[in-house]
Amino acid sequence: MTSSSPNTLFPFNADRWLAFVTRTCALFSAIIVLLVVTFLALESWPAIQHVGFGRFVTDASWHPLSGLFNLIPMIVGTALTTIGSLFIAVPLGIGSAVFGCFYAPPRLAGFHRRSVELLAGVPSVVFGLWGLVVLVPLLAPLGGSGQSLFAATLVLGLMIVPTIALTSQSALQAVPSQLISGAAALGLQRWVIVWRIALPAGKSGIKTGLLLATCRAMGETMAVLMLAGNVAKMPDSIVSPIRTLTTNVALEMGYATSEHRAILFVSGLVLMSVVCIVILLMDFAGGWKNG
Amino acid sequence: MADADSVVQPQVVCASSTSSSMGDRATFRDGTVSRDGPMSRGAAMSRAGATFRDRATFRDSAKFRTVGVRVKESVATAIVWAAAGLIVAVLGWILADIFLKGVSEVSLSYLWNDMEDAGRGGGILPIIVSTLAILMVTLATSIPLSLATAIALTEHTRDLSTAGRLVRRSLDVLAAVPSIVFGLFGNAFFCIVLGLGYSIWSGGFTLACMALPIMIRTTEQAIRAVPDEYRYASAALGMSRSTTMFRIILPAAAPGLAAGLVLGIGRALAETAALIFTSGYVTRMPESLSDSGRALSVHIYDLAMNVPGGNARSCAAAIVLVALLLMLNLLSAMLTRYVGQKTGTSMFERNDG
Amino acid sequence: MIRTEKLSVHYGAFTAVRNASLSVKQGSITAIVGPSGCGKSSFLSALNRMTDLIPSARITGKVMIDCCDIHDQCRSPAELRRCVGMIFQKPNPFPMSIRRNIELALREHGTRDRAELKSITERVLTDVGLWEEVCDRLDMPALQLSGGQQQRLCIARALALQPQVLLMDEPCSALDPIASAKVESLITSLRGRYTIVIVTHNLAQARRIGDDLAVFWVNKGAGEIIEQGPAEDVFETPSHSISAAYLSGTRG
Repeated sequence: MTSSSPNTLFPFNADRWLAFVTRTCALFSAIIVLLVVTFLALESWPAIQHVGFGRFVTDASWHPLSGLFNLIPMIVGTALTTIGSLFIAVPLGIGSAVFGCFYAPPRLAGFHRRSVELLAGVPSVVFGLWGLVVLVPLLAPLGGSGQSLFAATLVLGLMIVPTIALTSQSALQAVPSQLISGAAALGLQRWVIVWRIALPAGKSGIKTGLLLATCRAMGETMAVLMLAGNVAKMPDSIVSPIRTLTTNVALEMGYATSEHRAILFVSGLVLMSVVCIVILLMDFAGGWKNG
Repeated sequence: MADADSVVQPQVVCASSTSSSMGDRATFRDGTVSRDGPMSRGAAMSRAGATFRDRATFRDSAKFRTVGVRVKESVATAIVWAAAGLIVAVLGWILADIFLKGVSEVSLSYLWNDMEDAGRGGGILPIIVSTLAILMVTLATSIPLSLATAIALTEHTRDLSTAGRLVRRSLDVLAAVPSIVFGLFGNAFFCIVLGLGYSIWSGGFTLACMALPIMIRTTEQAIRAVPDEYRYASAALGMSRSTTMFRIILPAAAPGLAAGLVLGIGRALAETAALIFTSGYVTRMPESLSDSGRALSVHIYDLAMNVPGGNARSCAAAIVLVALLLMLNLLSAMLTRYVGQKTGTSMFERNDG
Repeated sequence: MIRTEKLSVHYGAFTAVRNASLSVKQGSITAIVGPSGCGKSSFLSALNRMTDLIPSARITGKVMIDCCDIHDQCRSPAELRRCVGMIFQKPNPFPMSIRRNIELALREHGTRDRAELKSITERVLTDVGLWEEVCDRLDMPALQLSGGQQQRLCIARALALQPQVLLMDEPCSALDPIASAKVESLITSLRGRYTIVIVTHNLAQARRIGDDLAVFWVNKGAGEIIEQGPAEDVFETPSHSISAAYLSGTRG
């Protein structure tokens, strides 16, 4: 990569201009994140001032119009859907990556990869629509209306499979082929090579994919909105309707005022903070690996 | 890279171990007479004798390929194929279902007519217009910004400089922020603080924030992929950096840039949650960019959840959206393949000097 | 024409070239030889300040071209590089048409008149022997030319700016023998009109085309010029034992 030392930096005026404009734009791009955090914080401030963090866990329930602001059911909802979706997506995603790298004949591998990329491109509303129109009626016999924790988790899992599959496949493809050849030359079976050599070698890339998928699952709104039943109570069973932090915001933002609105912003801030921490952790870990 | 080709071979090796060809070359067996190896080698082996016999000889290796191991291999293969098959099946199921349930409603008039009856009748022209308008605002904002930022990151900062790292990190975080949080931000900042209200402007700007990270990333990759040789040649000719950038590097990176653009468009089109609270729900044909407008994705949501009996129409709108995205996907694939073909095409094989 | 005084090139803590003092006569072809990794390319890059493009590079010592210090604050690298052209080991024409390859730098340095551009293009392409081969397809992409043609195009591109000096970093090493011969004869035809400094791995080539010779060798971890002088003298009667061994092929 070329760069210039200070004493030869800008012999041309056009260069000076270009540098100024591009650097300003880069600065602008970088502060968008700060803007987001700032405005979230600003809008949340009334809630923290008047309501206080304690009440988010100690209030009786979530009935904002009566001044009750317990966020725990929503937090539990988010946690359950995220973890559940990971349970579904991780085996499928890693299985797909292993398939694409080690088991599929070349043409099938290409087709499979394009299918995964296509699945990645399906918008969340379409997933939600499909779940609503196809899955929910199928799941209704299990209990409730069909719109439940189970339905939401299932579809959410399917949604994050491509993230895990594609990043894991990249990680596996980056494993040096000499490692694989060496293992094969030792007479190891294919699944042993995958399980004991390729997957451990691709560990960091796969972990990155998992973290990205977790962030995506935590932040998903539309599909969960359409499938989770949207009742702000702790779930009794896997077929109970639930709300997550994201769907809570989506449902109530339209008519929320003052404190209520501020608390919705608080939940947005919480989501954002978790995502920030995860990404920064990932970046730091990656940075250390690169020396 | 361990591609499928290079890894299929080990399987062949393992498979043939059960056939007789390997077994014939019993050169290590006791170090005695080998069937097809040279006598001298066999003799040398027997001299090495005890040490060789202590190791896992080929004769003994058969016992490792027990039934248990073979079963495990088959089970693993089955699991992997099942996972892959399931994913493709789900994709097919989703696309097929949406198609079947909505195709009856889709027609040319559907795309061209105004909406009636809260979306249960008529067409989706206002929706399409709103969606395109929002897309225009998004692209007009994010293309220059992403291009400039990418140029700054590749050409004007040293790789490991603090500024560069900070910018990249903040963009990484931005890329992972949930869309509803963008909706909150957009509402607070664009609609209220900047006073744009529920409008196409607000929706467009919010989507621009969301599309920015991915566009910057792909633009940066495209620029970095241009070989350094062009930069050196340009510098050796005493050309300014801006000339180099605009007349040599960017044109060379054009297909990659276009692929990034297409990705950005795809992201913007698929977005829903951020738009609900920034560009709104209104189904009227927007008269200006300050009007509120309903995007296609929001329309799908509204028909499915808020309009009884709207499922079929919702599927119809979904077909339109998915078709658009499919075309974009195809375009992006073609562009990336074109990029791959362009790099490394200088003809060094010709020998006529 | 070119004179370096104790030129050292450092990349961070690593010294690639130490105290290289070289004198190059105007209009001559000076060949710089030496084994791989002894700083020949770094030395060459320092002569037209291409080292400025590498973040960690640092130059100490003086480089005088036509009696002017190249690091003089009043002169920009762009001006320097117009007078001192560089040809790289791997031909690197721009991914555009042949015509545009030549015209781009010309336009940048102020030549805008179309007729003038056309005549310069024809002149330099004739100089490098490409005119007959490409005169009817000037708008063809340059990357479709063969390796040797591309290298000659790169030389033409540099010649279009009418430099005084041409720096060549192993210009024939990426080419097949026939193309290499054509480029080599081109270089000898430029003798007298341009001052040429050519880095080469190929001792036979240095012997064929060089008027003067400079031998680089790694000494205590950095490259140094261990011998320099008229090519014939250095080849026939080298004064340094190492250069004697290297030039006779006993050491590599």
